[in-house]
Amino acid sequence: MNCHKGIRLGKSLMKFTLLINEGPYQHQASDTAYQFAKAALEKGHEIYRVFFYNDGVNNATRLAVPPQDDRNITENWAALAKEHELDMVVCIAAAQRRGMLDADEAGRQGKDADNIHPAFRISGLGQLVEGGIQSDRLLTFGD
Amino acid sequence: MSDGIKKFMFVNTKAPYGTVYALESLEVVLISAAFDQSVSLVFCDDGVFQIANNQKTDDSGMKNFSPAYKALGDYDINKLYVEKESLEERGLTLDNLMALTYEDEDDDWAEKPSIILVTRAELADLMDEQDVVISS
Repeated sequence: MNCHKGIRLGKSLMKFTLLINEGPYQHQASDTAYQFAKAALEKGHEIYRVFFYNDGVNNATRLAVPPQDDRNITENWAALAKEHELDMVVCIAAAQRRGMLDADEAGRQGKDADNIHPAFRISGLGQLVEGGIQSDRLLTFGD
Repeated sequence: MSDGIKKFMFVNTKAPYGTVYALESLEVVLISAAFDQSVSLVFCDDGVFQIANNQKTDDSGMKNFSPAYKALGDYDINKLYVEKESLEERGLTLDNLMALTYEDEDDDWAEKPSIILVTRAELADLMDEQDVVISS
């Protein structure tokens, strides 16, 4: 924790929940949220949860193969989550609509494949509302 | 900070069909009702069309989810702010919107309108009072 720096600068540290509503590559929302999360964590702030909703659920695919000279948005999130133990939640209702399934869900729905990266977990919209309750700020990234 | 009730405001700015934002915003609103928070909705810009009356979607193949707004009152969600200027800019009046109501438990369950017409300036003040604003 970087608390000392925060106190020295006379700034209070905050707890954030991030809401990402747009898919990867099509829209910059996820990139901006990622850059924000990285910068906030470097300053000692806490990211309570990152919640993926609307087409934002597509950020959790483990099957994307972007060109080698481009960023890999899902892997960037996964690496940041590993470093800072981020809670990255994909909305189950939005995910199911769009064919985003983890292994458990694929089994339950009788589907022959799953595509959610293990750094993300599937859960309900209550996790978004709870993030809003528990955090100092809920920030939306999207249109 | 983490105890106590927070004020959640869901701001709807987009038409009900054409994109999924309106439907998926409504899904969050209905879930939020289970958390005993103070919840209000805003309809502005093309979002005012979300609560237009007589919606018919048969020919477009879209699911008509507008009846779900009528259930909001039963979930104690009864502050639906509609921006006056947005209505006027689109040639609409309150008569073009669904008659959304709730039953006031503090007034012998009298049926009262949930829709509150506000100006753009008043809406800015209302947003300023919120703890959480989620817009789409």
